[in-house]
Amino acid sequence: MKRILPLAAAALLVSCAAPLPVGERPKLSERDLDEVTAVLKRDFHERGQAKMERVELDEVQRLCNVHADNPPAEQARALEAKLLAAIPFPSGSLIGDWKAGEKIAQSGRGAMWSDKPGEAAGGSCYNCHELSPKTTSFGTIGPSLRGFGKLRGSTPEMQRYAYGKIWNAKAYNLCSQMPRLGHSKTLTEQQIKDLVALLLDPASPVNQ
Amino acid sequence: MRAVALLAAVALAGPAAAQSQFEKYQQMTAEGSPVELFEMEGEALWRKPQGPRNVSLEKCDLGKGPGVLQGAYAALPRYFADADRVMDAETRILHCMVALQGRSLAEASKRLFGNADNPSEMEYLTAYVAGHSRGVRMTPGTEHPKERAAFALGQKLFYHRAGAWDFSCTSCHGQENKRIRMSELPVLDRPEDARPIVATWPAYRVSNSQLKTMQWRINDCYRQMRMPEPNFGSEATIALNLFLTATGQGAAYNGPGTKR
Repeated sequence: MKRILPLAAAALLVSCAAPLPVGERPKLSERDLDEVTAVLKRDFHERGQAKMERVELDEVQRLCNVHADNPPAEQARALEAKLLAAIPFPSGSLIGDWKAGEKIAQSGRGAMWSDKPGEAAGGSCYNCHELSPKTTSFGTIGPSLRGFGKLRGSTPEMQRYAYGKIWNAKAYNLCSQMPRLGHSKTLTEQQIKDLVALLLDPASPVNQ
Repeated sequence: MRAVALLAAVALAGPAAAQSQFEKYQQMTAEGSPVELFEMEGEALWRKPQGPRNVSLEKCDLGKGPGVLQGAYAALPRYFADADRVMDAETRILHCMVALQGRSLAEASKRLFGNADNPSEMEYLTAYVAGHSRGVRMTPGTEHPKERAAFALGQKLFYHRAGAWDFSCTSCHGQENKRIRMSELPVLDRPEDARPIVATWPAYRVSNSQLKTMQWRINDCYRQMRMPEPNFGSEATIALNLFLTATGQGAAYNGPGTKR
């Protein structure tokens, strides 16, 4: 009995180790975020244009991480309004050249450590969205944008919406999966205008 | 041999129409895979005396005892008392290059990712080691406190949005039935999705004619997430690997695999 007891106790200890929370999304605290950021600082290194400052979380990332992309509506609205007010809308028409826009939409390059700094980036649009009917290899993480301008017209308000959404998608939906292509300095003002043309120009293949 | 097994599996699965185009493509690529050539080259490297001590890796302890290859890959990542840390296959192989062969970490780490013309020593060796787990159930370490800590960290990393494009692993691997371009995306925090994935790395990627390791897979995800580069074998990469492997544990290892 004496000999068996410690063994039984050991077996009990092992079986007491709770099963790992497989398949469960953990609730993350601000402290968890700081812990992960510290791990990233320790275990990652800068390479090319991907500098270490990229592991620092901004206000948007913090709020979305803590609430698993579902932040309290009031807080989300307030931050969205702040982001919207910070978008540098150019004056005049926001419609550029849809042909240039199509090239930008096709390109998945930009902002990676493997991309040459200063070289024109793409928007990776087709990675997630359907656009021109000629491109059948489109992703489905984002909604289909086929016929975007045909359905909505190309009024100044619609140009502004399309431009703003591409410049900072988080200003319209705080925890959107879409990157902030202007805010992150991935795309230039002219490139975003060209993408607006791809979406809104009646001659664009998106609207055929 | 493997093509026969695959055909049999397809026959059992019913008419080909039940397969997606993507699955058909995967099957076709698997039939012409050069994975076994990588395993053979890996065996030669495993047995080759190298480093200042001029010894081979044949005494390397991958968790099942010195020199035991059978089933070792399927039980990784796991905690190793001699290093007092959790390690995956690549990290452990690197550890053996240093501890057994007397090589410097810098020299052994010089070229961990190869290219189509010149695969790396690490890629060959990982293929060789992994090949000895075919058919073995995946049982990564989940009991030791450091293994449990690694799982918890990996889980946090998986959901952590950061970087220039605000991506986390879930940006691509968090929703069912989504694609990037034509690539179908597994939801990697779901056991049923994770199982076939973790059971087939390392893998030969037809699109770039290279055998790639799990360390590479994690590295290249972070590249596309617009993040800085993870250090090879760092705690973060192993934590993520353990999280994914523990989520997909229980499947019979079926690699090295072949992917698009």
